Amino acid sequence: MKAFFLRIYDIYTFIVRFFKEAFIPPYEYKEVLNQFFEVGIRSISIITLTGFITGLVFTKQSRSSLAEFGATSWLPSLMAIAIIRALAPLVTALIIAGKVGSNIGAELGSMKVTEQIEAMEVSSTNPFKFLVVSRVLATTIIVPVLATFMGVMGMLGAFLNVYSNEQTSLTSFFQAAFVRIDFLDIYLLLFKSTVYGFTIGMTGCFNGYRAEQGTVGVGRAANASVVVSMFLIFVEEMIIVTLVNNYLK
Amino acid sequence: MDQENAVIVLQDVRKSFGKMEVLKGVDLQVRKGENVVVLGRSGSGKSVLIKIIAGLLKPDRGTVRVLGEEIDQLGTRDLRLLRSKIGFSFQSSALYDGMNVRANLEFPLVRNKRDLTRNAIDEAIAKVLADVGLSKTIDQMPSELSGGQKKRIGIARTLILHPEIMLYDEPTAGLDPVTSVEINDLINEVQKIYNTSAVIITHDLTCARSTGDRVIMLADGCFLRQGSFEEVFDSSDPRIRNFYNYNFTQQT
Repeated sequence: MKAFFLRIYDIYTFIVRFFKEAFIPPYEYKEVLNQFFEVGIRSISIITLTGFITGLVFTKQSRSSLAEFGATSWLPSLMAIAIIRALAPLVTALIIAGKVGSNIGAELGSMKVTEQIEAMEVSSTNPFKFLVVSRVLATTIIVPVLATFMGVMGMLGAFLNVYSNEQTSLTSFFQAAFVRIDFLDIYLLLFKSTVYGFTIGMTGCFNGYRAEQGTVGVGRAANASVVVSMFLIFVEEMIIVTLVNNYLK
Repeated sequence: MDQENAVIVLQDVRKSFGKMEVLKGVDLQVRKGENVVVLGRSGSGKSVLIKIIAGLLKPDRGTVRVLGEEIDQLGTRDLRLLRSKIGFSFQSSALYDGMNVRANLEFPLVRNKRDLTRNAIDEAIAKVLADVGLSKTIDQMPSELSGGQKKRIGIARTLILHPEIMLYDEPTAGLDPVTSVEINDLINEVQKIYNTSAVIITHDLTCARSTGDRVIMLADGCFLRQGSFEEVFDSSDPRIRNFYNYNFTQQT
């Protein structure tokens, strides 16, 4: 029990240290940009493909149920609600947790067990700022961008299915799609994915930075980065959706 | 020993991990310009000792003064400032494996001396690489270097800040005898060229004999004996005799 509370305290101090270091100069601009590239550009192809296929398949699966009630015209708005409110932020976060979170955990874990982080400390530099702040900032800023992009790709996938069945134009599709979408939905997509991005970066960095016991520790750090951040993302999704439905809608 | 001339002073330093007491009241003074070798078996607490000197570990008891500063009392900023005067060569070399040699050397330099021009940075890198005899490796990745080259680049990375104190953790571990001799020579050259004081942690007697102005034998968390290499091993203590005999049996 004592170990559990010590762990919680350790996580708390790690997060507090992030906010302290993030706002105190000097800033590691170059490394932040490098991490933007690593998180963003290197994930764009998987996000494009996954978003497009998700939209296409989800529309295809929903079609038969709606067709029973003669309601296939609701498909664009149904897909917009599903993709923008839930699928885009959630699926993007899960992909980035698997792809980037594990990478951060393994990279920092490996640096920890091979004394590279200590080497940064003794050379009078700040490894926390260079390694942790840059990565957490990158995931926090880039995940909302990727989630928005996935939303667009998902809607294009949905459009492809609708077009191939009803020959609806792109303009008509998007007009129908956004009938039931308001600014709050767009704002929530950005807010949720910002929270998920922060969670992925922080979980990966924490597990990597605290890695111990050689190569076994590196494996554990990578694994924990993915499992814990996925678990936290689902918990956060549940909390945010509950709060929004109870207080904002 | 005169404490005023000492760049490192440890008094009654104790350190435990759980129930295991690794250092049991160690006293050490290192004079300016002196190379002190701490010899001991694996697990005797040698690495813990230099990590305490570098401020990477906190002692449970005792005081550690480095360049006149009590390291325990320093805040983050002052500790960082002090560390810019201390070079630490890791046993594993600890090169940043995502960066090439140039970036490894540039990393501490640009973060400690922010007003340097590009030319000054390039000149500093070229100089330390020449000093360690590896000018041609500048664009290579750490994975492309041999063990001896990694050690040299690790030392170059510390020298680029012109430290007053060098801490070497097992500088010849894992190296063949010829490369070990080259590293020993490099440690002596660094002392002359950069006028450094050093603490060298090793279990290699050849390294101890060729680099140490003074040798200290560490066993069971205590300093058993210190003096010149010959003085230390002119002892009937079975722990020192065993260490000496085993080491030379291994080497022959």
